[in-house]
Amino acid sequence: MKRVYVNEEWCLGCHLCEYNCAFANSNEDDMILACKDKSLDARITIEDRDDGVHFAVNCRECKDPLCLKSCIAGAIFRDGDMIRIDKDRCVLCYSCIMACPYGALRPTKEKVMGKCELCTDNGRKTPACVEGCPNKAIVFEER
Amino acid sequence: MAINYIYPEYEVVRNYDRCISCRVCERQCANLVHHYDTKRGKMICDESKCVACHRCVALCPTRALKIVKSDHTFKENANWTGEKITNIYRQAESGGVLLASMGTPKNYPVYWDKILINASQVTNPSIDPLREPMETKVFLGHKNDKIVRDQYGRIKCDETPQLELQVPVMFSAMSYGSISYNAHKSLAMASKKLGIYYNTGEGGLHEDFYEYGPNTIVQIASGRFGVHPDYLKAGAALEIKMGQGAKPGIGGHLPGAKIVGDVSKTRMIPEGSDAISPAPHHDIYSIEDLRQLVYTLKEATNYTKPVIVKIAAVHNVSAIASGVARSGADIIAIDGFRGGTGAAPAAIRDNVGIPIELALASVDKRLRDEGIRNDVSLVVGGSIRSSADIVKAIALGADAVYIATSALIALGCHLCRSCHSGRCNWGIATQRPDLVKRLNPEIGSEKLVNLIHAWQHEIKEMMGGMGINSIEALRGNRAMLRGIGLTREELDILGIKHAGE
Amino acid sequence: MESFQREGDVRIPAGCAISSMFSKTGRKFSGEGMIKSISIMHDRSNGLGGGFAGYGIYPEYKDFYAFHVFYDSDDARHITEDFIDEHFDIVNLSKIPTKKNKNITDEPLIWRYFVTPLPTKLAQSQLEEDEYTVRCVVKINTHIKGAYVFSSGKNMGIFKAVGYPEDVGRFYRVDEYEGYAWTVHGRYPTNTPGWWGGAHPFGLLDYSIVHNGEISSYDANRRAIEMYGYRCTLQTDTEVITYMIDYLHRKQKLSLEECAHVIAAPFWSTIDRMNEDKKREYTYLRNTFSSLLINGPFSIILGFDGGLMALNDRLKLRSLVAAEKNDMVYFSSEESAIKIIEPNPDRIWYPKGGEPVIVTLNEGVEA
Repeated sequence: MKRVYVNEEWCLGCHLCEYNCAFANSNEDDMILACKDKSLDARITIEDRDDGVHFAVNCRECKDPLCLKSCIAGAIFRDGDMIRIDKDRCVLCYSCIMACPYGALRPTKEKVMGKCELCTDNGRKTPACVEGCPNKAIVFEER
Repeated sequence: MAINYIYPEYEVVRNYDRCISCRVCERQCANLVHHYDTKRGKMICDESKCVACHRCVALCPTRALKIVKSDHTFKENANWTGEKITNIYRQAESGGVLLASMGTPKNYPVYWDKILINASQVTNPSIDPLREPMETKVFLGHKNDKIVRDQYGRIKCDETPQLELQVPVMFSAMSYGSISYNAHKSLAMASKKLGIYYNTGEGGLHEDFYEYGPNTIVQIASGRFGVHPDYLKAGAALEIKMGQGAKPGIGGHLPGAKIVGDVSKTRMIPEGSDAISPAPHHDIYSIEDLRQLVYTLKEATNYTKPVIVKIAAVHNVSAIASGVARSGADIIAIDGFRGGTGAAPAAIRDNVGIPIELALASVDKRLRDEGIRNDVSLVVGGSIRSSADIVKAIALGADAVYIATSALIALGCHLCRSCHSGRCNWGIATQRPDLVKRLNPEIGSEKLVNLIHAWQHEIKEMMGGMGINSIEALRGNRAMLRGIGLTREELDILGIKHAGE
Repeated sequence: MESFQREGDVRIPAGCAISSMFSKTGRKFSGEGMIKSISIMHDRSNGLGGGFAGYGIYPEYKDFYAFHVFYDSDDARHITEDFIDEHFDIVNLSKIPTKKNKNITDEPLIWRYFVTPLPTKLAQSQLEEDEYTVRCVVKINTHIKGAYVFSSGKNMGIFKAVGYPEDVGRFYRVDEYEGYAWTVHGRYPTNTPGWWGGAHPFGLLDYSIVHNGEISSYDANRRAIEMYGYRCTLQTDTEVITYMIDYLHRKQKLSLEECAHVIAAPFWSTIDRMNEDKKREYTYLRNTFSSLLINGPFSIILGFDGGLMALNDRLKLRSLVAAEKNDMVYFSSEESAIKIIEPNPDRIWYPKGGEPVIVTLNEGVEA
């Protein structure tokens, strides 16, 4: 399955992917409306290390996902190769956050848990983080 | 410093209605212009540090930024311009030479822009490059002047070493050290894909790039940095650098700060030591000395590789070129005074040398007058900015062109002319690892390939318009050119007629 | 006449008609057929130039260079004759016989000399006989005002003038000469220079060329060939092509096929598909003489001692037809121009672009 991969060799730590993600998932058609004076609501996070290494973290679509196992409401489910969240069922208990070793989940403004669904849930062909990366550090491909 | 006389040249204009404080500008500016003020909760900037490289502008996701020239002004004076005054303040403060980078920004005539290209009408059909073959391949090197046959009467095809180019364009010398590893890698990868050549410059060849040897021209400059037998053997051709258009008559100086890690290793000099290329080659004080070096290099490579001699376009360039052509060189590269540099004294860059158009026209004519034009190929550089410049250069008599600034612009360079600072925000003219990584060679090489392909398309269109379907029929075909707004003297030097004649 | 610049002062593109006939057995025939052939293509000329070249027409003087010269004045003639006398042994001189024609006007003085280089002068020059003669011809044409040698081969002659080619033929009485090969040219220049020297064929020694086309590589070719001592004083395609052939064929000793592979070189893509030996040779030739590649439309018929070569540009942008009947071979711009003199050819074909058709006298036949 095609998913988002990160090549830290080319990651500049510019954090544009976070803003592109937040915009893509905002239901706004203007990035300024989506992001200005608002807390950043992104499903990808850049980890910056002092030695200059930057790395974008998002859901890795685990084969054996701990989040799914830990979900008390049965909101996290497998859809083919992808892991999705049923927003109607989520009770925001944070169990998945505790379980995910990558920190790929976080609560959204809609008061449910959110994770990267490769922009399949917002009508895009390519994930916004990949499209907006200025240095091809984030790629969307089959491996 | 008690008083700072110098007002910043540029202003950073931020539209706060658009700014989302994502801080990408702050993270991307190596000159530390931008920062986020937590007290006020907004981005602020120190424009005195801005070099107008546009990295922040290009990456700002909401187009909240622009850089404008400050309208702050001295009392107007056509003689004492603001620049002249400011330079005096700078030198009065530092006591030093003013350094500059890239080609001269001065308003000298650009002859390319005063030359027009011909097209066929009625008496001779134009050729459609989409329907007919249109050839842009060229061979560079000495051409034999006598056909020799073997005992069976067959032509002996003992060709002297030739460089085969699919398009008459090469990437000219930029050393590893003056530009980054990734910039070099981009050039190398693109050359291989395009079937052309790039040039190591005087900094040696990084061991990772030996695999690109068949598309590499290895340079031997006055400092002889990184020159060793394997280096000579690795390249497809050898270039002796006698001069550079941006700084004729002087050498180079790569500060010790840039001689780090692999740069030091590749140049074969200790880390932190300044790499100083002498003004002349200290074993070449005359044309006969040059001949010795040419043949030394040929011996070292068993006469399998063409030798290029690169000279700067100076006043008596045609006499020099004539001497070089008789020195055994296979190719002469001429670098015009608008050519770029990683660092040069501004006084030299802006005042020494002559335009490449005039140098090319007079060298080509001189070599023909002496009957030795086929002994060498002519490659010209020093501000080739477009496919039209290439067409004009070839019609004036060049075999191929060298481009460097155009290639860097394709890689992202915004011509801020601050290479000498070592803080290139585009990852090109820097050795800082966090900046170098900003240039992904996969993207860089693709941009270079796109640029050359685009130019090739345009060259073919222009050739077809002239009824020419092979680039060699354009070479030296000055009847295809007309001058516009040029004096009789300029036309005579260029060997072309005026438009309407 | 002076209001227009002469050939050489300005480059004048021209369209044209060409035709030729040749007997492989060396059978001689008059120029009458050529007049007929070219007159059918009347519309391809515009009355501003026509001319003929005949081979084998001076058998009694076949070992002597035949100079055909235009003079503007008797002064020019005297100076030129002094020069010729200094360098050559003149065995015969006369006016070239002409017949008045109302369509041929402003004729210059037209003289003919049969000459051979003075042995002492030739030895002094350390040149081959041909090269010595070429240099003398060039000297006259560039240094003596009002004199122009327009034909300088052995046992061949060029006859040309301003006018329609059929009138030019009648004027020179070419029907009274007999040769084994004839070429003819009707010119359609896009300016009115009105100078006889500018008409075609263009000749140098035994080479004569008639050409239809306008080459776009002109200045590249001119500047390249001038490096080898030639001076393109007329600025015409025909002149530069003649010099290129002279350089490649006489000086570099390339065969005519090889010459064609230089001036109408195959595309690189074609060369790439050849076998290794052939590829190497074609690449070598094309690269070594890259500045002698001709671009743009042309069809030429080259006359030389003992044969003809017809060649089209490599895209075949100009018409060129060939035909055969028994011992005869015909080349022409149009099929009609062949059919008018040979209604039932054995074979008629359209030579491919860049592929030369070369015909020579059968073995053992003396020109």
